[in-house]
Amino acid sequence: MMRAALPFFPLSKGRTHEVCGAGAYGFAFSLAAHLGENFLWIRETWEPTQLNPNGITAFLDPSKILLGHTKDQLESLAVAEEALRSGALPLVVIALSKPIGLTEGRRLQLAARDGKSVGLAIIPEGMGSNAAETRWQCRPAFSPHASPYDSTLNRWELIKNKSGTLGVWHVRWDTASRRLDLVSASGE
Amino acid sequence: MFDGIQRRVVSIWFPRLASDRYLRACPIEAPFALTLKQNNANRIYCLNQAATDQGLERGMSYSDARAFCPSLQSSQAKPEQDARFLNILRRWATRYCPWVGLEGEDGLILDVTGSTHLFGGEEALVADLRARLGKAGLGAQIGLADTRGAAWALAHFGEGIAPTGDMLSALKSLPIAALRLPDDTSVALQRLGLRKVGDLADTPRAPFARRFGRDPLMRLDQALGKQPEEITPLAEPPHYGVRITLPEPIGLLSDVMSGTERLLTQLCAKLKSQEMGARQLCVTLRRVDQGHQQVELRLARPLRDAQRILPLFERGMTEIDAGFGIDQLRLEATQVEPLPVQQISHVIGKDKNKLDDLVTRLGTRIGLENITRLLPADSHIPERSFITSPVAYSEPDSSWPHTHPRPVCLFPPEAIAASGNQPPERFRWRRMSLALGRATGPERIAPEWWFSDDNWRAGVRDYWRVETTQGRRLWMFYTPQDPGWYVQGEFA
Repeated sequence: MMRAALPFFPLSKGRTHEVCGAGAYGFAFSLAAHLGENFLWIRETWEPTQLNPNGITAFLDPSKILLGHTKDQLESLAVAEEALRSGALPLVVIALSKPIGLTEGRRLQLAARDGKSVGLAIIPEGMGSNAAETRWQCRPAFSPHASPYDSTLNRWELIKNKSGTLGVWHVRWDTASRRLDLVSASGE
Repeated sequence: MFDGIQRRVVSIWFPRLASDRYLRACPIEAPFALTLKQNNANRIYCLNQAATDQGLERGMSYSDARAFCPSLQSSQAKPEQDARFLNILRRWATRYCPWVGLEGEDGLILDVTGSTHLFGGEEALVADLRARLGKAGLGAQIGLADTRGAAWALAHFGEGIAPTGDMLSALKSLPIAALRLPDDTSVALQRLGLRKVGDLADTPRAPFARRFGRDPLMRLDQALGKQPEEITPLAEPPHYGVRITLPEPIGLLSDVMSGTERLLTQLCAKLKSQEMGARQLCVTLRRVDQGHQQVELRLARPLRDAQRILPLFERGMTEIDAGFGIDQLRLEATQVEPLPVQQISHVIGKDKNKLDDLVTRLGTRIGLENITRLLPADSHIPERSFITSPVAYSEPDSSWPHTHPRPVCLFPPEAIAASGNQPPERFRWRRMSLALGRATGPERIAPEWWFSDDNWRAGVRDYWRVETTQGRRLWMFYTPQDPGWYVQGEFA
């Protein structure tokens, strides 16, 4: 286990990024914990999956989350744009259920640039937008030798990067010290 | 009292306030009565002169009244609307003097000391009152005297103006009920032969007080001015509304915004003087064609800072159709909350304000209720262990309990095909085949029997943290009382 500075966090400011895969929520919470301030989480009202603050306490204080409930994706995008542009929040997470076009993606980028905040879109796998700065694929991995109370080992793969190289990292969230650790692929 | 200024009081009694109020809207010449359900019977609450002439009276049961007078028309009485109407009249009566109070449910009391000359004397004032009330369709009896008691007596029995100074001579011949006594006392007094106010004034006080207590004598003294009695004017609730009327209609967004800015400055000054903050604002724009359009704004925090509120109106204003132009703007704070003056500090501030403004702006788009935060709740049931509450109406709370590891997301339980009380070695969930790597548990959670929750009909649940060899960690439970396996959440 090495406690080196993370090679990828924080994500570049004033841009929007994308994350997909089963570990996307963990990625979003790790990022929010890294930024350490209030953030907005935009979701659509119909979605049956809801955040469980008692689980989020492992990452950060759930009182830092503001939830925006919207009726459809168009409204989600409008809210995200407004929130990004205001600059009142360093991070805006938007849960998308359908692919967004280049126009919408670009508008989010411009809004993030104006507000100097980070936008993070949680997207279904393979539905990324070309406008995104980076795209991450986060997959949980099984580590048979770890203690059962460790958090999940995650394989974070950078599958798109507009201004840099791609890469793969194995990470594990340290619940006690609330920080992200880089680990080897075997999870030890 | 000051030298040379005698206190003068006007009492107005509306003998038929409720029916007059109703008949103002739809005049009826025929006998008419308002009925109210009292003790399971419809009784007459108020009636007009024509009905009184037919021999009907208040308190009579409605079916009796209809038997007496088959042509009786009626409607339901609404006492709370009558009270509101009386309050409107009270406000109107402040045109005569600033001290106006309510007298019971159907009267007003005005302290007109020193203001009668503005209307050309007492007779002219009373005549003016009577004329205006008559024009409004209200029957009123008016008494003017030195004291509240005497004015009340005159209004109810006799009407007229008592000359300054000698109240006794004005009241002497009025019946004893004119002293505002309870019914049983006045009946008892009449049985003793004390029928007039003058009779009571002549009675020796000490033996009388031994028998009837001090109240009747106190009422007499109040009427005669030997004992003071105050008139309580009701405080006018502050009104947070301002308007501007324009000589020429306007239509440009920038013009409307600058008009709104002027109004906001005025309104905020008013709010500041009352130490209040606006929570909900409404701009009404009147167009030249008499149409109205409204822009509502609900704020995430009570505010009274015009420069902060103004940009929040922008989004609503762009949706306005000005038509041929707008010639009146009206701004009203429809909901206000106390907002004490605070020390301005450089330490906290900007960011918090920015966040509140953002919540307000998002609120105009998706509704203020849809921006929520999570608050802890006192329950072991996973889905009830937190509540969501609108950000605008709650404060953050970080007192989260320490529990066993919990998933970051929860969904309604999804059944999987498995049996036995140990987690299945292989199972399918959401069209994925998963294999068990390691399971931690069980953690038994019992339903809260004091709530009936359909989701917990299956009884206690044994929760397992299941790590699959595919990587995903699921939160699964087994219901031993009604065997079955379900997935309810996923760990991050």
